[in-house]
Amino acid sequence: MSIEVRNLSKRFNGFQAVKDTNLKLESGSLTALLGPSGSGKSTLLRMIAGLEVPDTGAIHLTGREATHVSAKERNVGFVFQHYALFKHMTVFENIAFGLRVRKQKESEILERVYELLSLIQLTGYDKRFPAQLSGGQRQRVAVARALAPRPEVLLLDEPFGALDAKVREELREWILKLHEESHVTTLFVTHDQQEALEVASRILIMNHGAIEQDGTPIEIFDKPASHFIAQFVGETNYIDTEVSEKGLAVWGPFRFPVNPTLPLKQKIRIYFRPNDVYMTAQFETLQVRARIAKARFKGTIIEYKLDIGEDKHISAQIPKGVALASGFKDGQEVYAAITAFHVFPIES
Amino acid sequence: MSNENQEVIINPRQSGYDPTRALTEPPMVRFILIALSLLFLGLFLFVPLAVVFATALEKGIQAYGEAVLERDALSAIRLTLLTTFISVVLNTLFGVASAWAITRFQFPGKNILITLIDLPFTVSPVVSGLVFVLLFGLQGYFGHWLADHNLKVIFATPGIVLATVFITFPFISRELIPLMQEQGPEEEEAGMVLGASGWQIFWKVTLPNIKWGLLYGIILCNARAMGEFGAVSVVSGHIRGLTNTMPLHVEILYNEYNFTAAFAVASLLAFLALLTLVAKAFIETHAQDEKIALPPAHEQSRTP
Repeated sequence: MSIEVRNLSKRFNGFQAVKDTNLKLESGSLTALLGPSGSGKSTLLRMIAGLEVPDTGAIHLTGREATHVSAKERNVGFVFQHYALFKHMTVFENIAFGLRVRKQKESEILERVYELLSLIQLTGYDKRFPAQLSGGQRQRVAVARALAPRPEVLLLDEPFGALDAKVREELREWILKLHEESHVTTLFVTHDQQEALEVASRILIMNHGAIEQDGTPIEIFDKPASHFIAQFVGETNYIDTEVSEKGLAVWGPFRFPVNPTLPLKQKIRIYFRPNDVYMTAQFETLQVRARIAKARFKGTIIEYKLDIGEDKHISAQIPKGVALASGFKDGQEVYAAITAFHVFPIES
Repeated sequence: MSNENQEVIINPRQSGYDPTRALTEPPMVRFILIALSLLFLGLFLFVPLAVVFATALEKGIQAYGEAVLERDALSAIRLTLLTTFISVVLNTLFGVASAWAITRFQFPGKNILITLIDLPFTVSPVVSGLVFVLLFGLQGYFGHWLADHNLKVIFATPGIVLATVFITFPFISRELIPLMQEQGPEEEEAGMVLGASGWQIFWKVTLPNIKWGLLYGIILCNARAMGEFGAVSVVSGHIRGLTNTMPLHVEILYNEYNFTAAFAVASLLAFLALLTLVAKAFIETHAQDEKIALPPAHEQSRTP
């Protein structure tokens, strides 16, 4: 176990940033801490690094109690959203900083820095200043600087948040590759679900200061544990209805089998993803009739707003090629079925 | 991550783009504005300065030399330099410490501290001087205790130093607080996580980031410490050769109708002021250059 957090809580001026949080991260894992802004994910990360002091709870790093160890002694690598490179130092001196303050031998420093420069593909940039680098290059220097003293864990706080979309994508792939090579236990904070789903092998979702779900990307996407996660991860339709018969809910022409233990008249919200709407021009079994109210081009997919009567609408997403081959047009009659959905009771 | 996109840095100074071009006032208006500013500048700044040097040298270089090298004048110069040195050192320490505390920590009473730092700017220097007389003078709160222990503060060097330190203490912290606020704590946090101690962070991370602001504050503090008149005048007692600083010495000479000597010593002060201006300009250009070398993070879409 590389990082273990027990019952950690933190308040800021009456605002409960993190409440009673537990987590365990295996050595060598790559985990994302995903959540909307203000969910407490950065505070949790900063407490693990020792940059914030928790009110209650304990932190263990590689088996050692670290709750009251200063950030200086924790041997963690930390990467900031806005790089926090030392402006007045060259790339070389930035990366060497953690080694110099540990009074390492000059020859070892030289060797380690050049090794890291080649790892971050910036060999030959050692004499540049941070201002002479692009954002993506700066963030890679920041990662190298954090890795230089061989930390036991690497913590990244919205590492790609300040970069444009294209560079983000490149850096995602790069960080995956880096992790495969270095195997340092990595925890990164992000509000970008795509980033979490693509990069991490495990995702922790935070909301209102607590971890709401802990699972693999597929589990998070296909088995949301709460209303919040069903709405937060991926695009989704949601409809409110109630249990009308034992094990059945009805909404417009659609009939949803639900958990038979739910009491009659229980108010429920049903979530289903637009790409789980199966839409065809010809009727197939179990489909209902619908009319295309509006089509929206979204790059590789096309999103249709479907009118299913009774003033009810759902959205469906179809890969562009399929949509073009089917020749869907606005106003056209189509048939639709919902192939996967999640039911959550609404507490009244 | 292939093919490097060469970034084109547009420097408005080099590309022939003239930002003043957009303001197209008629030539007549421009001429009048420029002439007015120059006239005003000449009348109120240049002429007095020239008069100081002209009057000082009126009776020749020898009289000037005598006035400046006279025993009491030298003593005044010594006292001014000593006072200035102590004030600058103390206020540098205080300024850095207070700016660090205010920008890096949360503590109760922080806003009161920020307000109090400005006090010497808002209080009349004469009042500041009187405060010290009330505290340390013979009739003051600590007067008896000081007299019993044979310590002299008022009408002696410690009083002059105290008054000068008090008058000049906002300069450095006022310069550093906005600077450190703008820079934020991230670089220092990065240093800490990388294993640096508090001192290492201060010398290697904080100080290089604030050095131009700090120097600028020191220059301003220095200028004011040398020139302070009001507060020092109240606590000094004007004892020739003992408790006279340069500004006080100038006043005494002037009141004795010894104009040449008064202006000679004044010219030294004016010369120091000019040196300060040069140093200030130098620092400003350097700080500016560093800012130009540090543009806000500019994202290239390609990285090699």
